[in-house]
Amino acid sequence: MDLSFSPEDEAFRQEVRAFLKDKLPKRLADKIRTGKRLTKADHEEWHAILNERGWLASHWPKEWGGTGWSVTQGFIFDLETSIAHAPRILPFGTSMLAPVLIKFGTEEQKQHYLPRILDGTDWWCQGYSEPGAGSDLASLKTSAVRDGDHYVVNGQKTWTTLGHHANWMFCLVRTSNEGKRQEGISFLLIDMNTPGIEVRPIYLLDGEHEVNEVFFTDVRVPVTNLVGEENKGWTYAKYLLTYERTGIAGVGSSMAALDHLHHIAATQKKGGRPLAEDPLFAARLARLEIELENMKTTNMRVLAAAGHGAAPTAESSMLKIRGTEIRQEINTLARKALGPYAQPFVPEAFIEGSNAEPVGADYAAPISAEYFNNRKLSIFGGSNEVQREIITKAVLEL
Amino acid sequence: MDFNHTEDRQMLSDSLGRYLQQRYPIDVRHKIAASAEGWSAEHWAALAELGVIGALFGEEAGGFGGKGFDIAVVFEQLGRSLVVEPFLGTLLAGRVLERAGGQEDLLGEVIAGAKVLAFAHEEADSRYDLAGIAAKASETAGAWTLTGTKAVVPQADTADVLIVSARISGAPGDEAGIGLFAVDKGAAGLSVRAYALIDGGRGGEITLAGTPATLIATDGLPLIEDAVAAGLVALSWEAVGVADVLKQSTLDYLRTRKQFGVPIGKFQALQHRMATVALEIEQQRSAAINAAAALEADRVTRERAVSAAKVTLGKAGTLAAEEAIQMHGGIGMTWELPLSHYAKRLIMLGHQLGDDDHHLARYIALGRAA
Repeated sequence: MDLSFSPEDEAFRQEVRAFLKDKLPKRLADKIRTGKRLTKADHEEWHAILNERGWLASHWPKEWGGTGWSVTQGFIFDLETSIAHAPRILPFGTSMLAPVLIKFGTEEQKQHYLPRILDGTDWWCQGYSEPGAGSDLASLKTSAVRDGDHYVVNGQKTWTTLGHHANWMFCLVRTSNEGKRQEGISFLLIDMNTPGIEVRPIYLLDGEHEVNEVFFTDVRVPVTNLVGEENKGWTYAKYLLTYERTGIAGVGSSMAALDHLHHIAATQKKGGRPLAEDPLFAARLARLEIELENMKTTNMRVLAAAGHGAAPTAESSMLKIRGTEIRQEINTLARKALGPYAQPFVPEAFIEGSNAEPVGADYAAPISAEYFNNRKLSIFGGSNEVQREIITKAVLEL
Repeated sequence: MDFNHTEDRQMLSDSLGRYLQQRYPIDVRHKIAASAEGWSAEHWAALAELGVIGALFGEEAGGFGGKGFDIAVVFEQLGRSLVVEPFLGTLLAGRVLERAGGQEDLLGEVIAGAKVLAFAHEEADSRYDLAGIAAKASETAGAWTLTGTKAVVPQADTADVLIVSARISGAPGDEAGIGLFAVDKGAAGLSVRAYALIDGGRGGEITLAGTPATLIATDGLPLIEDAVAAGLVALSWEAVGVADVLKQSTLDYLRTRKQFGVPIGKFQALQHRMATVALEIEQQRSAAINAAAALEADRVTRERAVSAAKVTLGKAGTLAAEEAIQMHGGIGMTWELPLSHYAKRLIMLGHQLGDDDHHLARYIALGRAA
């Protein structure tokens, strides 16, 4: 066994660091570090910088603009970009749609859509969840009925992350009510500017507009926008679950957040001494740090196994559960560290360039909001209970 | 980055695993564990022959291993078969001799299986603090004698040589002034109150009263700390082996035991808890890997990693053991079921060389020092 990176990987790490030092705008890193909200333009700016270097869709096949990196290199890239407070790469186009198109799309679809993901022409959103279909996704009802060269789509999607920025949606629709529920679902690409689509904001408990409801009324979608075969959409959606989940544990971003937590614990006071010296707080913080150190190795083990051709379905579920638990505990400790100053709510402070007078420490404003916002981590992407079901079936074979 | 063992280590692991499966099944193990000695001279000699003891020590000492992952592969297999042979004491005491130097002949006999060592360090009031030593060493005309007591020492009454820590100067808690000594079995003034251990094998309380001893080292604490670090790697990997067996037997039981007309593994209340157990076991394995990888690193890195592993063992091991018993229901409470002995071992691993609370405090203190 050898936990160190090879000299090649170490050189790669230096290359990533040099790139970040050179190209990551300080303005963006500061926003991430201080918990400010990113605008659409911020995301587009970072995507363009990565695309210029050829690193936006690193895991794609080389012929479509990927890098050919090893899984270890992908992990190093995630780690280093997170630690440098770079914005995350939005996954909707690059990591969710593209792999499905590359595997199941027509040549025309690949030629048309993939370059537009890279150059930022298209902003994709995901149309999976519905009011009545959450963890039980296969119960979705939004229908697509064939009418000549078009499907006519009616229904409602929800929790559509950043759907208000999107001009395209990849969408699971019901094309058949025969047989098993999973066998009547199709994978459709929908232009968000088509008549009959309405996007309404959902404000989350921290006051943020991040997700949306999307309503479809007689929306006409060309049949050429079907990916793969009709009624096979469930297979394509599931394919995503086994694809490219190296970052699912969020180790890099948790490491950056833990760093920030150490700073908070060192500057907050209890009994005139740094909170970090309080035995109860220090114990919780140390347990968290140990858990994350273990997680980092567990993550690398899964990657190494994936590199040897093992399918990491259930292991991904373990990474997702513990990775999100760790991140939520970081948010909990940061909130508790603020003491009474967890209460003031100054949303102006989340906006770049705000002159809002800070209440309490200058880092305090986003902490409780982020704590509440990150309760989503154990709910979305397959709730942690659904992940335990996957472990039960795939690893434990119960 | 490579999570496979080297070919040599894998071969050692395979041959040790094969030996234990064939020659050390659970009924044989129970017999040995309950015997007057608490271990088996016959198996000890055979395991020495296989090279298992040599794997724990470096080449200069006459072994062919001694690195973190050498210790790892050996103790993982020992855990899988719930072995009660004197490996931990041999590792701790032998490592002290190896690092101190000057005891090559004795170490040679140990590696050959001809002599067994015990590590007599902890005391009734030291509570895992490596410097909490009160036993006294005094020198008269170049001859050393020891006076004091030592607590819960495995193989206290059967080891050929005890490696004993005792104060040359200072008070309990002082880092300086702890000497290390060799005491022969049957030495004058040495008495042992031996007893069975709840998870098998035997230990004892040692009393030294003007007992003649050979000086091994005068500045003992760094040697003790290094040996204990290796011991923590060993315990972490023993836990990996124990937990794997526990997990497998519990899964088998969940698949076959029927209640309310279905295998109990069909109940979500148990499925989700078992998924959590599986996850914790993987985290514990990662912590054990981190500890083994850090054994040759600088002091603070090494000590933080082994303490982190022991904290993780405390959490994951306790959960795995308690859940295994609970999911087996009444049968999990019986002596007859091998599983209950694995569960006991996993819990008692937490009481050797410092529990999770001790190591959490230590991890925090080391972090401040860094």
